[in-house]
Amino acid sequence: MAHSVRRDAPELPDFSLLKRLARDQLIYLLEQLPGRKDLFIEADLMSPLDRIANVTTLKQHDVDKLYKVEYKPIVSTSDQLCFLIRPRIKTVKWICDVVNADKAFGRFRRYKIIFSPQKFYSCENLLEEQGIFGDVTTDEWSFYLLPLDDDIISLELPEFFRDNFLEGDQRWVRTAGSALHLLHSVYGPFSKLYGIGRCSKMAYESWREQVEEGEQRARQAEIGNVFLIDRDVDLVTPLCSQVVYEGLVDDIFRIKCGCVEFGPDVTSSDKSIKVMLNSQDKVFNEIRNEHFSQVFGFLSQKARNLQTAYDKRSGMDIKQMKTFVSEELKGLKQEHRLLSLHIGASESMMKRKTKQDFQELLKTEHSLLEGFEIRECISYIEEHINRQVSMVESMRLLCLLSLTENGLLPKDYRSLKAQFLQSYGIDHLLTFSNLKQLGLLVEQQPGETLTVMESRVGKLVNDKTAGKLTDAFSSLAKKSNFRALGRRLNLVPKSDEEYDLRVPRDMAYIFSGAYIPLSCKLIEQVLERDGWTGLEEVTRMLNGHEFAVTAGSNGSDARVKTDSQRIILVMFLGGCTFSEISALRFLGREKGLKFIVVTTAITNSARLLESMLDNHA
Amino acid sequence: MAFITANWNPLGEAFYRKIELYEMGWSLRDGLKDCLVAAAPYGGPIALLRQPQRPSSSARPQLEIYSSSGTNMASFPWKSGPVRQLGWTVCDDLLCIQEDGTVLIYDLFGAFKRHFSMGNEVVQNQMLEAKVFHSPYGTGVAIVTGASRFTLATNIDDLKLRRLPEVPGLQGAPSCWAVLTQDRQTKVLLANGADLYILDNTSCTPVTPPGLSPQACSIVNMAVSFSYKYLALFTDSGHLWMGSANLKDKLSEVDTKVRTPPKQMVWCRRPKSQQPSVVIMWDRLLLVAGECTDTIQYTLDEESVCVAELDGVRIVGGSRHELLQEVPSACQDIFKIASMAPGALLLEAHKEYDKSSQKADEYLREIKEQSVLGEAVRQCVEAAGYEHEPETQKTLLRAASFGKCFLSNYPPEPFVSMCRDLKVLNAVRDYTVGIPLTHTQYKQMTVQVLIDRLVYRKLYPLAIEICRYLKTPEYQGVSRVLKHWACCAFCQTGVNFLDDMGPIMSGENQTLHSTVRTSYQRSMVTYLKNEMNRGDFFMTLRNQPVALSLYRQFCKHQEQDTLKDLFNQDDDHQELGNFYVKASYKEKKLEARLSLLQSAVDEYNKAKNEFAAKATEEEMKLLRFQRRLDEEKGEALLGLSLQETLHALLTSNFHKQAEQLYRDFRVPDKRYWWLKLTALAEKDDWEEMEKFAKSKKSPIGYLPFVEVCVKQHNKYEAKKYVSKVTPEQKVKAHLAIGDLEGAAEAAIDRRSEGEISTVLSRCSPTTDRALLERLNRARSTASKK
Repeated sequence: MAHSVRRDAPELPDFSLLKRLARDQLIYLLEQLPGRKDLFIEADLMSPLDRIANVTTLKQHDVDKLYKVEYKPIVSTSDQLCFLIRPRIKTVKWICDVVNADKAFGRFRRYKIIFSPQKFYSCENLLEEQGIFGDVTTDEWSFYLLPLDDDIISLELPEFFRDNFLEGDQRWVRTAGSALHLLHSVYGPFSKLYGIGRCSKMAYESWREQVEEGEQRARQAEIGNVFLIDRDVDLVTPLCSQVVYEGLVDDIFRIKCGCVEFGPDVTSSDKSIKVMLNSQDKVFNEIRNEHFSQVFGFLSQKARNLQTAYDKRSGMDIKQMKTFVSEELKGLKQEHRLLSLHIGASESMMKRKTKQDFQELLKTEHSLLEGFEIRECISYIEEHINRQVSMVESMRLLCLLSLTENGLLPKDYRSLKAQFLQSYGIDHLLTFSNLKQLGLLVEQQPGETLTVMESRVGKLVNDKTAGKLTDAFSSLAKKSNFRALGRRLNLVPKSDEEYDLRVPRDMAYIFSGAYIPLSCKLIEQVLERDGWTGLEEVTRMLNGHEFAVTAGSNGSDARVKTDSQRIILVMFLGGCTFSEISALRFLGREKGLKFIVVTTAITNSARLLESMLDNHA
Repeated sequence: MAFITANWNPLGEAFYRKIELYEMGWSLRDGLKDCLVAAAPYGGPIALLRQPQRPSSSARPQLEIYSSSGTNMASFPWKSGPVRQLGWTVCDDLLCIQEDGTVLIYDLFGAFKRHFSMGNEVVQNQMLEAKVFHSPYGTGVAIVTGASRFTLATNIDDLKLRRLPEVPGLQGAPSCWAVLTQDRQTKVLLANGADLYILDNTSCTPVTPPGLSPQACSIVNMAVSFSYKYLALFTDSGHLWMGSANLKDKLSEVDTKVRTPPKQMVWCRRPKSQQPSVVIMWDRLLLVAGECTDTIQYTLDEESVCVAELDGVRIVGGSRHELLQEVPSACQDIFKIASMAPGALLLEAHKEYDKSSQKADEYLREIKEQSVLGEAVRQCVEAAGYEHEPETQKTLLRAASFGKCFLSNYPPEPFVSMCRDLKVLNAVRDYTVGIPLTHTQYKQMTVQVLIDRLVYRKLYPLAIEICRYLKTPEYQGVSRVLKHWACCAFCQTGVNFLDDMGPIMSGENQTLHSTVRTSYQRSMVTYLKNEMNRGDFFMTLRNQPVALSLYRQFCKHQEQDTLKDLFNQDDDHQELGNFYVKASYKEKKLEARLSLLQSAVDEYNKAKNEFAAKATEEEMKLLRFQRRLDEEKGEALLGLSLQETLHALLTSNFHKQAEQLYRDFRVPDKRYWWLKLTALAEKDDWEEMEKFAKSKKSPIGYLPFVEVCVKQHNKYEAKKYVSKVTPEQKVKAHLAIGDLEGAAEAAIDRRSEGEISTVLSRCSPTTDRALLERLNRARSTASKK
């Protein structure tokens, strides 16, 4: 590892407690329906559930058979059915159908619905409307937080982003507030909270209300500071191609709930293997935050070391051999297995990513971030669309172009959209409408204030000068927020300097030195300034809603920087990427801090954009 | 039963009774001391403005609203200016009249509604006193300013301020005054010392009450009856003058022998009153004075307030709420000791009958002999209506029912409707509701108004229950209540029935939840969806963005059609267009699909979204084209994107059709070339590709030709195109086919250091040594330049 860990970095709190709490509550809820029962589990709750309670545990508590919710009529002979679901209308509707079918059949069963992490009124309302409110019992499993790793906790709510930012549905805000409250009551009390974004502010308020309602216990805080950030404060970062190992694995193989499935091309056998990716995996732990170009070298070094370790055997006598086998061999073998998997994965990625296409793609991305040779970028995107390379990728580039340039010129907007529709089908008209609503892909509007000023000034001068003025004004209007932010926060390092990826000097290394993620930069700046002072211009460009509050009275010991003060919980509302987590880990090492990332879900460009699609189904 | 007359007091020929309505549920530390109180007639709500314990600049008075039984409905610190008077409107809204003449209107639950001013003059001169009054025109406000001028507003909902003429010689506030409504005109009657004036719009007329005792030097209090027909004046000599409000007749004059000015004075009458009276209140004394010279005196043990009603006076105190009224004649007849009235006999007969005594027959015979059984039944029914205790009501009604058995053609309606009325009355008199209406008041007020009052108090379930019980027509009854309920749920709290938003409105949420989750909830939802005017509903929603977005979510999952209506209402043509496009995908039949898309086109046009309109039109064109081809050639193109269609056509050798699409849809040349190229390569149609390459100059250059061939592992074909590639791409082309020599050649020709390096990186030091040297040499020369 190239980075030196500061010796005084504090220890992370133990989050396995959260799992225990969730498991105990689940068991309690299951026992509320005594006797043998079949359990139906919402598909996307299966993996999180697996991290909390395995099949044996469930069986111990009278769960007979386990089924995945598939929106089809059920085949179950049990007299008691238990449904473990997210509070979604679609799923509740399905349960209503199941119950009503039983009724029509004259079959009597007991039903229990456990909503996780909470129930919504709309769900109960639906039960009532369907006339089965009295036939089922409902409960809430407050399983808000799933620790994915030592420093990553996920709410596993991928729909948060679309529901909240696109549909304007604020039901999840309370969930976020409750999750924060849970952390506060177990690892708090927090002494300082910062945040930016409308949703963050509401989540904060919800948290505060819950704190005020509940009782306060004086306790040694384990987490001192909290930073809340809305995903729509920084949409550029999640749309960039990830090049840090963990992020890249996520982009290519899709890490699901901390677990990845490596296909036959990686395992070089005919089987797929599921691997847990976390700090328990020693090999992975060392490369997860590395720029991809460094990984291969590291892995081969590791392989050589391993070989040397194995080679030690040659000169051993029997006794030494015995100790070797009993003490080292198992570890070595384990390491060997992991190493070969990661080498396989790297190879597979290498094959895809070192191709000409990928290099050019990265080049285009970097040009967009720097605001350099935009015309060339547009033609590149055009070709990308024309050749139907990949729908999501095309869309990603379009969005990046729009975000970095503050919208597309009307001419480009129209032509690119038309070509996109020709390539990928007209149903994306709806996708575009969504993208526009969220501000991901928009048409440039001449600044209104400027137009007013222009017309006023225009009256005073002759036509020719007026024309010039118009040009000047439109170039002013085009000034993108992203560019201005970039300049103010130094997000894009000067490209003429060589960037040594082996010894990263700042967080930009996660994007090959081309760009420091805005989200992480904000966190760094706010922590440094202990608030938003001096960042007024920045928050104005980000649409405000920033806050910095000192909670509780134990902030008085600010002089004594206790360990908890150096543990910062960052909550991403709407998802965060592995690259951002890597950047924060880097920042933590530099500053002697520890970051804990709480996110509504792990996201990346593909997930984010797929959530914008309006499927016909 | 035996004690029914225990609380009766005789006054002349008549009796007066004081019955307890409620023990107050409020807990006021100092009772009504230092409070500004306003209690609405017809058993309405009570408002208190409590002055802070220690008057200081920072302490604020507390405004509290209670039901008649003392249940708290609202409570909040008063943050506006100093209040002089409180009053209630006919719609149960609270008026707070401030010193500066501003009138603030709050609803029953303390929510601010609006405000208005009583004119500019007040602002300068301040207001001395104000009165709230009711007339057929609505609720009015009258004030007198520091400049001794009166201003009137007859109806606050249609505000017209009238400044009344000056009163000669009046300085400061008059000693007492009242508002009268006579001859459809609102007037002010005021006393200045011993002088009495009537003020109307145009003039100030001095008047003299006939027969006012001459000892009086000053009129210190006056009261106008509920109906504005009677007037009472109290003089400093302790005399009470009673007469008609037009000051033409005198009823009587009583010497109360109390000379202190009373705190409050109200008329106590009832329709068909035998002995109308005036109730006068002092600190510890309540005196009832009638036409006769008798008086009844009650001691008051707590600070109280009198509220005039149509048929009595309510006395609200810190711990009790009582009703003082003249005992109606029907009750007198029945309950008066040793009464031989038919009703009394019938009651007695029934009592004996209950005891299975033969005396019942005797009594009955007596009534029948006088043939007054009908009258007896009528009396019992009527008296039941006047009784407050359900037990007494029951006894009387049972007696009536008993008597009815011996009558062959007695009409059942009075009995049945009295039973119904009493059931309703007992329900609203209940402690939890707290509307102590008498039967007389209820009849005067009508069911509709009662329902309205319950609705104002958000007692929806009770209101619905009453409507159903009384079989009120739907549109007047249940529907109306449900609509109010729904509106309340939507407007006031901004929550729709999908509410889940903790942080936004957690407070109100709780109350709403508990309200809504009654058994009536389902009918409300159904009602909302099916009966309430969609337009109204959506308009209500429109001002609640959060609720609106939730509702949209709900509709998306549950009711697509409602969603459409919602967009329609908002004239959101863009969303409507999107809606139709989405719907078109669910449609299997092509014709239906096309018509949905046509609707989308129309909407997009209305939304001025030409782009989307055009794109949708093209999609329709494409669908038609695909169908034709599917029918003619048996292809399966329907639903593919333009690009996919072209690709399918090209791979199936329908070049002509592809060409046509390309022209019709103005597919960019570059795209078309790419498409055709890859399609040809995919089916290894090298001949066609060569023809294609030669057809005209390629808009995408020739490097793609090389690359596509290589991709299909046909280096032979690829080579054919290398020569056509532009010089800039030569190196790439050679490298693509693995021709290092050629690449080196091209790179050296171009003397490009970068390109030479690229080629170098591909050379292996063992096999391509000669080449390496050549390249290295060339690079050094290139770099020298």
